[in-house]
Amino acid sequence: MSDPFALPWLLPAPADFRARLKAIRAADSLDAGALRALVQTALDATQLEQASRVVSARIGDLAGAGLRPLKLGIVASHTAKAIAYALPAAALRHEVLLSVELADYGQAAQALLDPASSLAQARPDAILLALDAQALGLARPRLDPAEAEATVTRALDYVAALRAGARANAGAPVIVQTLSTPVESLFGSYDGQLAGTVRWLIAEFNTRLLRSVAGSGDLVLDVAFLAATVGLAQWHDARLWHDAKLPFAVEALPLYADKLGGLLAAFRGLSRKCLVLDLDNTLWGGIIGDDGIDGIQLGQGSGTGEAHLAVQAFALDLRARGVVLAVCSKNEDSAARLPFTGHSEMLLREEHIAVFLANWTDKASNLRQIAATLNIGTDALVFLDDNPAERAQVRQELPEVAVPEVGSNPADFVRILGQAGYFETVSFGDEDRGRAAMYSANAERAAALTNVSNLADYHASLDMVCTIAPFDDAGRARIAQLANKSNQFNLTTRRYTEADIAAIAADPERFTMQVRLADRFGDNGMISVLIFARGAEEWRCETWLMSCRVLGRRVEEAVLAHVAAAARAAGATRLIGEYIPSAKNAMVREHFAKLGFVKTADRADGGTEWALDLETYVPPTLPMILE
Amino acid sequence: MDRQEITGIVTEIMCDVFDLDELEYSDGLSAEVIEEWDSLSHIRFIVAVEKRFGFRFSSAEIEGFSKVGDLVDSIAAHIA
Repeated sequence: MSDPFALPWLLPAPADFRARLKAIRAADSLDAGALRALVQTALDATQLEQASRVVSARIGDLAGAGLRPLKLGIVASHTAKAIAYALPAAALRHEVLLSVELADYGQAAQALLDPASSLAQARPDAILLALDAQALGLARPRLDPAEAEATVTRALDYVAALRAGARANAGAPVIVQTLSTPVESLFGSYDGQLAGTVRWLIAEFNTRLLRSVAGSGDLVLDVAFLAATVGLAQWHDARLWHDAKLPFAVEALPLYADKLGGLLAAFRGLSRKCLVLDLDNTLWGGIIGDDGIDGIQLGQGSGTGEAHLAVQAFALDLRARGVVLAVCSKNEDSAARLPFTGHSEMLLREEHIAVFLANWTDKASNLRQIAATLNIGTDALVFLDDNPAERAQVRQELPEVAVPEVGSNPADFVRILGQAGYFETVSFGDEDRGRAAMYSANAERAAALTNVSNLADYHASLDMVCTIAPFDDAGRARIAQLANKSNQFNLTTRRYTEADIAAIAADPERFTMQVRLADRFGDNGMISVLIFARGAEEWRCETWLMSCRVLGRRVEEAVLAHVAAAARAAGATRLIGEYIPSAKNAMVREHFAKLGFVKTADRADGGTEWALDLETYVPPTLPMILE
Repeated sequence: MDRQEITGIVTEIMCDVFDLDELEYSDGLSAEVIEEWDSLSHIRFIVAVEKRFGFRFSSAEIEGFSKVGDLVDSIAAHIA
């Protein structure tokens, strides 16, 4: 059924894979769409390597296709070439344009502790630290309790030293891995109770490793969990370990590479934001328009009804962690809403759904409208539908939408959606907890807008409170998240890690702002981030970004007034703005002009530079309280 | 299954794994003749053969293969 090794949420690789790849390779100009479609299928280890070779050879042609470039260092205590060769195609599946810098096999300490190592010199964006139990001294039992404890501590100290070395020498966060338990046990079930068995050593190591990584800015690839999902006897291949020092079975490589690719995408802020749900035979069994409210299958009494209820429960759990829910169904609107208001077993209610579209328009058009209403890209959508024809239409029209192959049995839907990992994340905070509610509030704000006659009245009716503060530790994770996720309202599209943000916050030459906005419908949380370089005469804007959900609320005028006042107080006479065009930020091309800046340069790269004279600048009166 | 059928299947697998457009089978083919045949693709080749024929080689058997003919002999013995 849903064998994780086969990546069941993806379409199977086409039978003519090699012919297609050959055509892509042979063409003078790269057909990026064809290559990206090919890597969206469930490629096996050989196909991944062959596709990766094309990705790496054409990396220049792929740059600028809206992909996020990333240089990954790999440091491993086992053979990692197979991983390095498979990754570029797997990362492309997640919109990451990957280049790999592989340290020599077994040279972890040298690569990370020596600032002159070729890995450190390559300045990777992140470093995968793939260590195995053998290299960490955890592959043999230590049945003396004190020695068992010391063994785990030693292993963790070693990992900590390598992580610190990566930060200091390569300036990059580390992706650590949990260790998968071996299949073999020494005593049997008793292994888990006895300090110093391999199972105990690995469990202790994993628990403490995860604790040490939380909040550090480093990341985790949970290999122990991956191995457990497929089964340890499938994951481990003793012969390959002995013959070639491969850390897992060849069949595990596509799954490993896909999950690592997904993690890299999450690190770059590319996680999906919204789950769009079909209704008939997805949220309940049967057709509401034909079967009526008493005829659909939902909940107690039938396996099918229970399975559909489980889909609803999972959707609600995702919503609670910040994933926005929407509905897209071919139905009469009134019929589609009936179960939400009138069926006692329904877990999902109308208030959980940020955008509800039930009509007879094609689903791709409806998905475009959902994305537009939520002010997110269609590439942030996941579309769950039991109907293969609808899935095919959406894939055809909107290849950037994630469309899991959920099969026809509703009992598989939750597992396949969960396994696909569309909502992989590297941090979780209060902003995430409240996000779904925030989007629902936005829909209410949109409704309020239609009830007032002009914008000024609308703004006044919102009771806005805008809070501007310098960067601090509490805001760091969210600042980094915004810096990585914001594409449209982002003047320079410079990306920063949490470590970068910490360094900037501590830099006396920088002026930083994190901006929050609340109104009578709710707290929007942190919605804007700015970084200025202070100069004696000029303060130069390095980063100015804002969440699109507060567009048109005059927040940009409030933050300009704030930085202008600070710069003036410090004796500066001008603010300097810079616009660097990207594939997605055309909406802010005239941003500085709108704020009263004068253009000073048109650069060859399409960028522009702007200046604001602080002598003549007059701060506006704004419809919000500033704190 | 006779030896010719086995070599036919092995040839197909080699084309896939080593990304070859065509390949004329001979017992003497080895990593020295086929450029794409390195230590990594060798592992995938062995695993693909095992999957297709439904058994696993021992480490000793794998270490004993110096050319494709050895592998085909071993397959024939396993499925006999």
